[in-house]
Amino acid sequence: MIEVQDLHVRFGGVHAVRGVSFAIAAGESFGLVGESGSGKSTVLRALAGLIPGWTGAMTLQGRPLGARRDRAFFRSVQMVFQDPYGSLHPRQTVDRILAEPLAIHGLSDAEARIRRALEEVALSPIVRFRYPHQLSGGQRQRVAIARALIADPSVLLLDEPTSALDVSVQAEVLNLLADLRAARQLTCILVSHNLAVVAHLCAHLAVMQQGQVVEALDVASLRAGQAQHPHTRDLVALSRDLEA
Amino acid sequence: MISRAWLLSDQPASRAQAAWGRRYQAWLAFRRDPLAVAGLAVALAMLVMAVFAPLLATHDPGAQDLANRLQPPSAEHWFGTDELGRDVWSRILYGARITLGMVVAVVLLVAPVGLLVGCAAGYAGGWLDRILMRATDVFLAFPRLILALAFVAAMKPGVESAIAAIALTAWPPYARLARAEALRIRDADFISAVRMAGASPWRIVLRHVAPVCIPSLVVRVTLDMSSIILTAAGLGFLGLGAQPPLPEWGTMIATARRFILEQWWVPVIPGIAIFLASLSFNLLGDGLRDVLDPKQR
Amino acid sequence: MTHPLVEIADLRVDFPGPNGFVPAVRGVSLTMGREKLGIVGESGSGKSVTGRALMRLLPPQARVAGSLRFDGIDIAAATPRAMRKLRGARIGLVLQDPKFSLNPVMTAGAQIAEAWATHQRGSARDARDAAMRLLEQVLIRDPRRVFDAYPHELSGGMGQRVMIAMMLAPEPDLLIADEPTSALDATVQAEILRLIDRLVSDRGMGLMLISHDLPLVFRFCDRVAVMYAGRVVEEVAAKDLHAATHPYTRGLLDCMPRLDAPRARLPVLTRDPAWLA
Ligand SMILES: Nc1ncnc2c1ncn2[C@@H]1O[C@H](COP(=O)(O)OP(=O)(O)OP(=O)(O)O)[C@@H](O)[C@H]1O
Ligand SMILES: Nc1ncnc2c1ncn2[C@@H]1O[C@H](COP(=O)(O)OP(=O)(O)OP(=O)(O)O)[C@@H](O)[C@H]1O
Ligand SMILES: [Mg+2]
Ligand SMILES: [Mg+2]
Repeated sequence: MIEVQDLHVRFGGVHAVRGVSFAIAAGESFGLVGESGSGKSTVLRALAGLIPGWTGAMTLQGRPLGARRDRAFFRSVQMVFQDPYGSLHPRQTVDRILAEPLAIHGLSDAEARIRRALEEVALSPIVRFRYPHQLSGGQRQRVAIARALIADPSVLLLDEPTSALDVSVQAEVLNLLADLRAARQLTCILVSHNLAVVAHLCAHLAVMQQGQVVEALDVASLRAGQAQHPHTRDLVALSRDLEA
Repeated sequence: MISRAWLLSDQPASRAQAAWGRRYQAWLAFRRDPLAVAGLAVALAMLVMAVFAPLLATHDPGAQDLANRLQPPSAEHWFGTDELGRDVWSRILYGARITLGMVVAVVLLVAPVGLLVGCAAGYAGGWLDRILMRATDVFLAFPRLILALAFVAAMKPGVESAIAAIALTAWPPYARLARAEALRIRDADFISAVRMAGASPWRIVLRHVAPVCIPSLVVRVTLDMSSIILTAAGLGFLGLGAQPPLPEWGTMIATARRFILEQWWVPVIPGIAIFLASLSFNLLGDGLRDVLDPKQR
Repeated sequence: MTHPLVEIADLRVDFPGPNGFVPAVRGVSLTMGREKLGIVGESGSGKSVTGRALMRLLPPQARVAGSLRFDGIDIAAATPRAMRKLRGARIGLVLQDPKFSLNPVMTAGAQIAEAWATHQRGSARDARDAAMRLLEQVLIRDPRRVFDAYPHELSGGMGQRVMIAMMLAPEPDLLIADEPTSALDATVQAEILRLIDRLVSDRGMGLMLISHDLPLVFRFCDRVAVMYAGRVVEEVAAKDLHAATHPYTRGLLDCMPRLDAPRARLPVLTRDPAWLA
């Protein structure tokens, strides 16, 4: 479904992503973990077509992706951004935010879709006509997830979707994502610094450090403690430490 | 159906209800600000007076009566008469049509242009930004009155050319302002999110970037209204704007200014009209800014 | 110094809704000294609003009642000037939305240097050096570049650390940290908490850590207050976490994914209306 080959991203003098490669099958979830600033968000943004200057090769369903993406691409690929405070337009109500993708893609049953989307992310209909600043951090992130799902994409790029959520909502969102993945054959890339979250949702993951993938492994071996790279081992040790 | 409770429901059943509810709440918020309400009242009153000038005027604004020159205010002439014996009250009424008309026309021309140019430049960046901003610099570099002078001199003097000339010189600051706001938000995630929804650049600029820039522009426009009136007066005074028999407020002050010591009401009354108009627009703008920002409510 | 560092008594915050006021905080009372107090609770339970109330940073239309004291100073009665002196200098607030709260048109370094310079004496050079040092302390790999970067050029975690550096620059007496490490990976998170811990034990700084990360809070803090729907429903010493009694706290502990024990579905909380009472 998605293949990334030798992706490099440079911002001026900063070489943020240095030769990242991975491949994801349809319907699979892929985790991306790694230290802060290692380029995880940048990989997602490049894939989403939000960064102009990248080199390497990326394909979606066998078709190579260019610098410009067409509307069909945005119909099938959606992204949830890391910062729920920055990703909702401050002057638009939740309703308007959710209606926008529907208007752009010319989908007809807007009303029903908006209702369903809000229901799916467990937001009460009261928030529909509110502005983002009237919502708490977790409520905003759910609006962002609802927006990503509203036009029925087949690929979801999730940048720390639950780091702004409390554990009870996180559980709901993780369940929701798992259900959607099963129901819609959704392919996901999940960026998170929480190994337990990644392990819960994904079968494979890659660990990044300083713009490079330092280790790629499946979750079973991660759980079995078979990680090789010292950074992965550090992360595993710390998350076990937190659980104890 | 449309009741207070319907408007204020916190669970609107439809988009229309939510939109009307929002408007109603905006109005409630606006109403809480007495200065803004005063501004709105005065501005509306002036517009009404301008529209119904023929009904409200007591005399023909052009009718001269040299026997009754420079009369003080009286029951016959409410605001007195000017140096040609014309009734000042009637001239003020008809003048409101010209002066306010010019202001409104300039604003309608200038604000959208400035907004669009600024937002497009700020959002697109790169060469488009550079070209558009150099163009605004060129217009900014000329002193306003001189550029307007040159422009009017090239066309025939009159109200229309004065409007065009003022509009030509008035848009660059708006473009600057809008560009600054657009630059501030163009890298924000909420703009990236709209791009991810597949929106075209024009849609993003018009529907997502421009609305953020409008409030600061509204305030700036209302602050500028007085200076638009004054520039119009300046052009009129130099014989390049509204031509003498026309009762334009600025021209009225200009022609009557030599009577300031003896028959002070002749120049002062149009001055008061200009002052009231500017003040009411300013107050209105301040109130609007607060209401336009959903965070203030 | 007889009074506690922070004394919140019966704090109530309401926001105007279309039909009158909607409560966000409904009678919170908390006392803390120079210690590490954790506040946990679900999204929308009023954690951030409580923290902002203490800094008097709520929007003007919010209605605040109850008494708020910081080091004996009545926050509600303080003049705007006195508040400005408190903010930043004596109370630091790391906001939940770091990138959103940084000035988008000023470099990260300049913002930290400015925070430093408003509360300490020194030349522009000193401020610059201090800012660079702080960036190193919060474990930014490439402080020189980040110093000159604008907020949108930073990653989520970098923004958070810049915000933390900015708040630590004036060496406050109280640090209110609203989800300070939510975007940081475990290694950096551990390091930053160690840094804050050092400040608490060396300088007697008080820390109010607002978070929904239960394990983190229980491991790091001395005492924990659990909030639910605008109230503190439980206050426990951190080491007694496993003895927490409130069903909400217990529910929270249950629904976390775990690395060592995979589960097909995570249990979700069923909220009991009785908890609202
Ligand atoms: N627009 C930009 N201009 C310049 N540098 C940038 C830009 N965006 C990101 N960077 C740099 O690229 C690097 C990787 O950033 P990225 O946001 O991908 O990190 P991340 O892995 O998502 O980290 P985090 O977990 O903290 O979010 C960082 O060093 C960042 O400063
Ligand atoms: N400016 C505002 N206007 C109206 N309601 C508000 C405003 N700010 C916050 N609220 C409401 O107050 C409640 C508490 O919000 P708060 O931000 O304190 O939640 P929180 O506990 O910090 O949650 P999270 O973990 O999601 O950040 C929420 O229901 C929110 O919708
Ligand atoms: Mg990131
Ligand atoms: Mg919060």
